[in-house]
Amino acid sequence: MNGIHDIGGKHGFGPVVVEQNEPYFHEEWESRMLAMMIACFGAGVFNVDQFRRPIETMKPGHYLLSSYYEKWLCTVEQNCIDVGIVTREEVDARHKQLMKEKMA
Amino acid sequence: MALAQENVLIPDVGLRVKALESLLAEKGAIDPKSLDLLVEAFETRIGPKNGAKVIAKAWVDPEYKKWLMKDGTAAIKSLGYSGVQGENMVVIENTPTVHNVVVCTLCSCYPWPTLGLPPIWFKSAPYRARVVIEPRAVLREFGLEIADDVEVRVWDSTAELRYLVMPMRPAGTENFNEAQLAELVTRDSMIGTGLALAPGK
Repeated sequence: MNGIHDIGGKHGFGPVVVEQNEPYFHEEWESRMLAMMIACFGAGVFNVDQFRRPIETMKPGHYLLSSYYEKWLCTVEQNCIDVGIVTREEVDARHKQLMKEKMA
Repeated sequence: MALAQENVLIPDVGLRVKALESLLAEKGAIDPKSLDLLVEAFETRIGPKNGAKVIAKAWVDPEYKKWLMKDGTAAIKSLGYSGVQGENMVVIENTPTVHNVVVCTLCSCYPWPTLGLPPIWFKSAPYRARVVIEPRAVLREFGLEIADDVEVRVWDSTAELRYLVMPMRPAGTENFNEAQLAELVTRDSMIGTGLALAPGK
């Protein structure tokens, strides 16, 4: 698929920025996302191609600006919805609730 | 840019991850305790030290090296490194006339069992876009100047197949044992954006 992910050879992204002494994770949620992805993959919720598809069909702007683990959230969430473990509405509602609690 | 990002990115993304995790746990799809163990494994045991042991062994053991070049997956597994994102491994050897460098242009495929999690630059658009068209310029940004008479080969990983670069053994290490040699093998030297360290540096 010739999507936004197919960026090999494209111009205009600027220099490669290397972070010295990069930590394993920059924020705790990234580590939870990593582990959740492996657990779901191990449980057979998705295979490699099913994992890739929701990332490769992200809106181009979102794809380019989002971090690695935000992309993983998109695909793990979508795959969990596709197999019927959760619904989008449930995730939206819980997300909203947590944001509200944070503000309180 | 800040405003544009707010409109494009998931707001409070960490909380959405938490929302998904809590829902999956409630439904019995995941066990949060096993997630803790996975995170701990990546923070303590799965990293480039594993790959360095593979390379050091190949430097001192010609039979092992032969096996590693022929069937990387099996030879690496024999040292205890296997699993997700290391299912099919191919080892490519640097020589005085060929320098290899690895990328994943389509995403960020990376050999986890031997190198751990990829650094952000490996996953970044600039590296993925540029290293396939101007590898020498990119390597120069890493402080690596490849002589004109050395061929540069760029290997694009796939979702199923991962590469590990075998850097050249540094000069002056004839008397080093395997453990000492492994100390010289850096993560970047196994991606191809660096060389093995010279002894004493």
